[in-house]
Amino acid sequence: MSGPHRHLHLHGDNPAARRAPEAKLAGLFLFVLLVALTPTRWMIPIGAEAVIVGLTVAAASLPWRVVLRRLVTITPFIAFAFLLPFVVSGPRMAVGPLHLSQTGLWNAFGIVSKAIIGASATIVVASTTSVPDVVTGLRKLHLPAVIVTIMSFMWRYLDLIAADSGRMRQAMSARGYQPRWLWQARPLANATGALFVRSYERGERIHQAMLARGFDGVMPEPSRTRPVTGTDWAISLLPAVGAAVALIIGAWYGS
Amino acid sequence: MLAMHAPDGFLAPGVAAVTAVISIAVTWLSLRMVADNLADRYIPLAGVTAAFVFAAQMVNVPVGAGTSGHLLGGALAALLLGPWLGSLVVTVVVLVQALVFADGGVTALGYNVLNMAIVPAFSAWAIFGAAKAVFPKTRGGVVGAGAIAAGLSVVLAAGAFSVEWLFGATAGVPFDRLFGAMVSVHAAIGVVEGLITGLVVAAVLNARPDIVEAARGVPDLSTSSRAVGMKPFLVGAFLAAVVLAIGVSQFASSSPDGLETVAAQQGIDEAARQHALANGVFADYATDGVGNETMSLAVAGFTGVMTTLVVAGGMLVSARALRQQGMS
Repeated sequence: MSGPHRHLHLHGDNPAARRAPEAKLAGLFLFVLLVALTPTRWMIPIGAEAVIVGLTVAAASLPWRVVLRRLVTITPFIAFAFLLPFVVSGPRMAVGPLHLSQTGLWNAFGIVSKAIIGASATIVVASTTSVPDVVTGLRKLHLPAVIVTIMSFMWRYLDLIAADSGRMRQAMSARGYQPRWLWQARPLANATGALFVRSYERGERIHQAMLARGFDGVMPEPSRTRPVTGTDWAISLLPAVGAAVALIIGAWYGS
Repeated sequence: MLAMHAPDGFLAPGVAAVTAVISIAVTWLSLRMVADNLADRYIPLAGVTAAFVFAAQMVNVPVGAGTSGHLLGGALAALLLGPWLGSLVVTVVVLVQALVFADGGVTALGYNVLNMAIVPAFSAWAIFGAAKAVFPKTRGGVVGAGAIAAGLSVVLAAGAFSVEWLFGATAGVPFDRLFGAMVSVHAAIGVVEGLITGLVVAAVLNARPDIVEAARGVPDLSTSSRAVGMKPFLVGAFLAAVVLAIGVSQFASSSPDGLETVAAQQGIDEAARQHALANGVFADYATDGVGNETMSLAVAGFTGVMTTLVVAGGMLVSARALRQQGMS
């Protein structure tokens, strides 16, 4: 089971990993926002944004193979994009033996380029930031404290509950359960129900333990955080500044 | 399409912004409702059950002939935890998937949260309430109503995505074609979601009937009563899905593709129009090449209004129930 170990963080020391998480997350959000706002036919800014993402991948010394493997999550949308030149109406152009819709080709280009640039940028941040740091960063960026706390609880128990689920399925296959059809799914659903009961009761026990330790409704601030510096902000916002400059240049040239 | 997390830029920026505002408002409301009713007990509970939803989504469910699907879990979370906590829990799951696993775009969070957490949770709760009124007040009735609610909530979420596409299409796929494809595919996905959700609710009812929010106030939870067997449910659900899919695809094909004869002329002003609109925040591709625009807009409007009503209905019903509980 690949399960919870799918998460992206790789340990390592590089210019991206050293930045404070709140600066990185803000930089990511601004950069991706600018990418999403870039008009599809503005080739210069889109090209520039792709180069910027490529440079951040290099700066974070992430292997290209890793980034490509992580991009699997967007493949359904890439498949959707590949259909577009065939199904979109409008003037056609001949590409080899095929007659493809020009609008469809542009649509496909827009969806694929934005999905790849956006996901790659997120992969860079997720690969260079540990999950507790992501949670700390979101807290510093003033996401509601309750949401952040729920996220940290989820992360704390995810490995455990996923492993529980994995063990249940292992036990089931040890007893010869190998479902192939939907009407054989009842034992799977029973196991999922049992997993919910275990999770729920664990939640109750955690709460009791928290009360025993004096929990009064407010989580204590984590002590181990380092202050964010000007360098953090300068480096983390660099990709977003680059995208903004590219957009302004694109607007100047009219495409 | 819905079962996956949409990437950045898949819908126009205007739709991303509007759905983000809606999602933030509903999440804020959910936090208040949950905090009022569960005090601080819900914080670890929400975290652990979010981990549960994540783990449940990773379980492969066999569909047949070597294919498999997986639970989406929005309706299940609402039935087990109530719609407010359920919606909150799935929202956190979607958030973690985007930020930690790069699964779903960061700027797409508005519509991903809306379509995967908020619409399924609240629409399932509303449909469950309506179905429960018709079904016997027994364990079997709760399970059957829950299964139907979960199945339909998936179809409604697909409808919600189609309406978002109407306003924020990034490709020249007209609303009616996308709507037809989305609803047909999700009618089939809904059968699996409904079946698994019903069975999971039944399993939890066997072990801890006291924690199932959907069974609150049901007098008879003994295991002897059974509303529908598994085979009859599957057959019935598949028939319903096929009827739904055929009905919707009838509508989709009623806009004749013969319109492509006009496409040559249309291509000219289409290109001109797109140039003007390409910079706009609300793209207008979704009405390109639609044969019967009035019909298409009527269906879009109907879907949008229905989804909004059902989701708002789920919120109102559960809010009123919570207030009554608080008073008693």
